[in-house]
Amino acid sequence: MVVAVLSGFLLAITAPGVVRLTRGASGWLLALLPAALTVYFVHYLEPVTAGRAVAVSYPWAPDLGVSLSFYLDGLSLLFALLICGIGALVVVYADRYLHGHPHLGRFYVYLLAFMASMLGLVLAGNVLTMFIFWELTSLTSFLLIGFEHEREAARAAALQALLVTGAGGLALLAGLVLLGQVGGSMEFPALLNGGRAIQSHSLYLPILLLILAGAFTKSAQFPFHFWLPGAMEAPTPVSAYLHSATMVKAGVYLLARLSPILGGSDAWHYMVVGVGAATMLLGALVALWQRDLKRILAYSTVSALGALVLLLGLDTVLSVKAAMLFLLAHALYKGALFLVAGAVDHETGTRDVTRLGRLARAMPLTAVAAGLAALSMAGLPPMLGFISKELLYEAQLQAPRAAALVTGAGVLANVFLVAVAGTVGMSLFFRRRADLPKTPHEAPPAMLLGPLLLAGMGLSWGLFPEVIANSLLSAAVSAVRAEATTVKLKLWHGVNPVFALSVLTLAAGAGVYAARGVIRRVGPLADIVGRWGPQRWYTLLLAGLNGLARAQTRLLQNGYLRVYLMVIIVTTVGLAGFALLLWGGLSGLIGDLSDVRPNEGIIAGLILAAALMAVLTSSRLAAAAALSIIGYGVAIIYMLFSAPDLAMTQFAVETLTVILFVLVVYRLPRFAPLSGRRARVRDALLALLAGALITALVLTATAVPRQSHLASYFVENSWTRAHGRNVVNVILVDFRALDTLGEITVLSVAAIGVYALLRLRLEKPTGREHSPPEGTCRLGEDV
Amino acid sequence: MFSLILSTAVRYLFPLMMLFSVFILLRGHNEPGGGFVGGLVVAAAFSFYAIAYGVPAARRTLGVDPRVLIGVGLLMAVGSGLLSVLQGQPFMTGLWAGIALPVLGKLGTPLLFDVGVYLVVIGVMLTIIFTLAEE
Repeated sequence: MVVAVLSGFLLAITAPGVVRLTRGASGWLLALLPAALTVYFVHYLEPVTAGRAVAVSYPWAPDLGVSLSFYLDGLSLLFALLICGIGALVVVYADRYLHGHPHLGRFYVYLLAFMASMLGLVLAGNVLTMFIFWELTSLTSFLLIGFEHEREAARAAALQALLVTGAGGLALLAGLVLLGQVGGSMEFPALLNGGRAIQSHSLYLPILLLILAGAFTKSAQFPFHFWLPGAMEAPTPVSAYLHSATMVKAGVYLLARLSPILGGSDAWHYMVVGVGAATMLLGALVALWQRDLKRILAYSTVSALGALVLLLGLDTVLSVKAAMLFLLAHALYKGALFLVAGAVDHETGTRDVTRLGRLARAMPLTAVAAGLAALSMAGLPPMLGFISKELLYEAQLQAPRAAALVTGAGVLANVFLVAVAGTVGMSLFFRRRADLPKTPHEAPPAMLLGPLLLAGMGLSWGLFPEVIANSLLSAAVSAVRAEATTVKLKLWHGVNPVFALSVLTLAAGAGVYAARGVIRRVGPLADIVGRWGPQRWYTLLLAGLNGLARAQTRLLQNGYLRVYLMVIIVTTVGLAGFALLLWGGLSGLIGDLSDVRPNEGIIAGLILAAALMAVLTSSRLAAAAALSIIGYGVAIIYMLFSAPDLAMTQFAVETLTVILFVLVVYRLPRFAPLSGRRARVRDALLALLAGALITALVLTATAVPRQSHLASYFVENSWTRAHGRNVVNVILVDFRALDTLGEITVLSVAAIGVYALLRLRLEKPTGREHSPPEGTCRLGEDV
Repeated sequence: MFSLILSTAVRYLFPLMMLFSVFILLRGHNEPGGGFVGGLVVAAAFSFYAIAYGVPAARRTLGVDPRVLIGVGLLMAVGSGLLSVLQGQPFMTGLWAGIALPVLGKLGTPLLFDVGVYLVVIGVMLTIIFTLAEE
């Protein structure tokens, strides 16, 4: 299973090469992996349905309780099949959709990396492993939304999606860590075994709130839903894949996965059902006012996600069955509709539904796919969507609390969705008026395969629901309920209250559809939402944050190096000095000078003299030389105290510092004192303060007896365990190699920074407005 | 600024410093030395070379862009840690071959790591020095 997840990442790395070598056929070739993975996961259908979950585990960071473990039960399997199946179709589709795009290879890198991350998310058997993949899906989503990065709108939407889901991700991490602490394990199987015992713990409510924050942001629940319509800036295959079929359902997955642990309480019920219902209604309502085909679909997706969350909140066997079936039905029809929207956009050059029409003749196969998918969305027999909606109504009618309210909201949302389905399934293709920028043609086969197959599955499983009911759905429901459950589905239930609700929905939906032109023209709601919705709060918050950053940058980092130095020194002296006075006191600072040997005294005197010279000389070169005398003096002291490694490094560093100084000083204008007397006195005071602080710190630190066992540990184990006699080096490259890795990474970043700063100025002589003011030249005299 | 004394001295010092840096790098595990100091010595050698003969000549002698060395070095350092992961042990566990060589001591992944540090230090210092000198 680990191979299944990692193969996606590996293929992602090779994707640009594949695209370059097989121009035109790369989509078909790359789709082989997701297709093969689909087949691979289908093979798990039998054991998983029989109730045998598959678990594998590799140690990753055992000390932190993190293992690379995977867990495949019915719920994971349902998601894995959706991810790989729809993934294969989208990969094929994207090749034609982005035909001739110069960065098609890069697109496939992101897309395949997303697929692998999403697979990792749903297969993860460890909460922290899951979290890592969760964040990876956010990152790849960011890259995909901002794929057309030349456009400002795409960049802003990508950032917004990342910030919203990223903030939720932080909350989720806190929640998961708490869950692991309280539950006693980071592994899902162990946590699931513990059942709902956690709920009596005092930390249950914080855990629930944090995890819900993660799930709600990811699955675009009100009031965090606004990033999803924005994410429509992504190329359409991405919208179909990430932002309707898979990634946005990660929150739903999490709720389903954790409902045997966290679900069923009052808090869970009110929050999850309440938020779900609000999202469901809001999304369906706002969808009516949209004119952009993709935004219509996006808001209807928000509504569907709300319905899924609501169903999981109800937490009955029936509601979980309805949720799993709706999850599948929605992925099929919404995936198809998005792909159709992409084809229509591709062929006509517009996505404005008030301009589109008459496409049935030019694009008959696309029309068939769209029609079937829209029928499923509207919940008409014999589509899978019909069965799903009947089950949804049944679950809502039998809701444990406020059944009438929940059902009312469900019916209302579906009425609007029927009207939306009419727009995307009928109006585009059969409306008599049309105003198209391009003459449309039928979409190429690669772009027809996906919509036709997805819509066709919605039809065939609607006709023969038992194909999936007994296997996939039963397994998924059993996993969410944490008990063996069988799902029985029938297309025709006879005339009953649920059927009556369906008829009512369709009739009312047809009415709304007929009146859609009027509604769109009146439309104050869209304005209100636009002006006072959470999108506005997001913008305000972001603007405030940027303003704060600008203000403090102007104050602390105004381009004058001397101000930077002053800020750093004053802050350090203030904070460290305060702590020293508070806890250490100044007693014991009067050192005993009797054991200073004469040679040490001479070196110290030399250093002092060099320091004075560096300050007083009027030649920069002499100041640099004096500084290096200080450095070499310190290195000699290291040698006297038998630290040859430190001394060697210090000598080398000093030599290079002099070289750097000479390189810079060589170019500076002739030295001239420009600062006033007051500035010099202030600088001298600051310098003395800093020196005094460091002296006090060193004396205090050496006065405290060392209680560390580390030194003896390193000395004892350096030869026996790390096979090296030089303890210092063994610490650097073995015992503490991770620290060293961090340090050389920082060094590299610094080098890139220096390079960028100097090079950008060199190569763009006009870009000098960002260069620091001329006062920086006076640095030399401050030294 | 051309200086006859410097350029003549560099001609003899440069190869010696390069040799010395490799010596420092390799003996680091048992005697004072290591990748960090070794890298600094190389950087100093190339700085002298650049001052004596000009940055373009120093770049030609180096053969690769110093930024490439940063990347290669970081990769080596991370790679040396990942080798143990492939063997099913935690990241950065030292792996040791059974062979012991004179001076070097036992061969193992820490040496690879140290070479990575060496390359990163050379790359970082030379990136900064060359860029500064070219301005």
